[in-house]
Amino acid sequence: MSKRILIVVPSAIAAKGLEQVFNDLGEFEVCAILRDLSGQELRSMAPDVVVVDPSIFDYASRSSVKARVAEYSDAAVIAFTISPLDEEQQRQYDAVIGLMDTPPAIIKKVRAALEDRTETPRAEGEELSQREKEILICVAKGMLNKEIADLYNISIYTVITHRKNITRKTGIKTVAGLTVYALLNNLIDMNSVE
Amino acid sequence: MNTSSTRRPMSPAMKMAELLDTDFSLLGVATRLGLHFGFGEATVADVCQHAGIDPETFLLICRVYAFDGYRPTQEALAAANLKDILQYLHQSHAYYTEVVVPQMASALERMIKPCEEKQQRIIWKFFADYKEELAKHFAYEEGQVFPYVEAVLNKRKGAQFTIGEYEENHSNVEEKLEDLKNLVMKYIPAACNQQEAYKVLFYIYNLENDLGKHTFIEDDILVPMVGRMENHE
Repeated sequence: MSKRILIVVPSAIAAKGLEQVFNDLGEFEVCAILRDLSGQELRSMAPDVVVVDPSIFDYASRSSVKARVAEYSDAAVIAFTISPLDEEQQRQYDAVIGLMDTPPAIIKKVRAALEDRTETPRAEGEELSQREKEILICVAKGMLNKEIADLYNISIYTVITHRKNITRKTGIKTVAGLTVYALLNNLIDMNSVE
Repeated sequence: MNTSSTRRPMSPAMKMAELLDTDFSLLGVATRLGLHFGFGEATVADVCQHAGIDPETFLLICRVYAFDGYRPTQEALAAANLKDILQYLHQSHAYYTEVVVPQMASALERMIKPCEEKQQRIIWKFFADYKEELAKHFAYEEGQVFPYVEAVLNKRKGAQFTIGEYEENHSNVEEKLEDLKNLVMKYIPAACNQQEAYKVLFYIYNLENDLGKHTFIEDDILVPMVGRMENHE
């Protein structure tokens, strides 16, 4: 499955160029190009990578970009910059790519950032998000991924990503186990399980 | 524990009591192969021969249990006794079914006793389903796989089956056990009996470890050994 990339870069020319670089390989798929970043969109698109131009944030909030993305998605966050970032800002991102980077250099950085992300899963012991709880309930009721995707108007890949995260957080893999979790936490009622 | 013996490679000339002292998970291996405690100064070779077990095969199984990540050499596989491996696997099934699972069941029952009736039912049902699945898995091996291996062993033509199919069919009962572990560790109601919860977890960890070794013996010792015999037919 190709990795989904969300590009949030206000310059149309730069965004087009990046899209070209990623789409050429088949390894990545650009799921959208946006001029600004909203939590809603981040959540519904469930990208693996967000390439973002830090200049869309005002100076004060530039120091919390990663945290803002992490609230809605566990994507790797990569800065795309025209002017160099200071060290403090660089540390915010899983990688930094610049206007002058060659396509192979860009791909290499994105791959490395993705690898890092899978090696060190984000903060352990988090609670399930609201959306994850909703999806868990569907799973416990015996719904298929396709049915869940249709119900919430999201892609099957997004459902799968949510399910992976539910399992990562709870440590529970089987549908039967997730059902017990949902019942014990009063997320569903005995009667709604066959 | 006798530390000097832990460094020595396992060999048939070693005293049985010393060998078992190097790693207590070997106690189960010895018991399942019908070796009787009260070994005195007898060597591994003596005790095994007396019990009608090939000493090298016994040591092969011991190495799987004692050394994580151990992989037997081709020579070790060629020299091992298939009948003993089969007996070991069969006795392990009996041990899991007749000893471990009932122990776990009664601890779990006592663990959930202080909970609301609804919660008791939820947890118990999950365990009962797991138990059934495990029994089904063993029944398949006992009913289909082992008789086939015996047929190969006795040079009879077996049923329409090759050992390769077994590998494909080898279902994974480990996931549910891991779920049970996480449910008890993380999500049981506060009212649960804590001493019994400890016991349940203790049994789960033991079974998990034992089943891991058991599966290794099936997939990486039994299957290649039978595969080799099939090819030599």
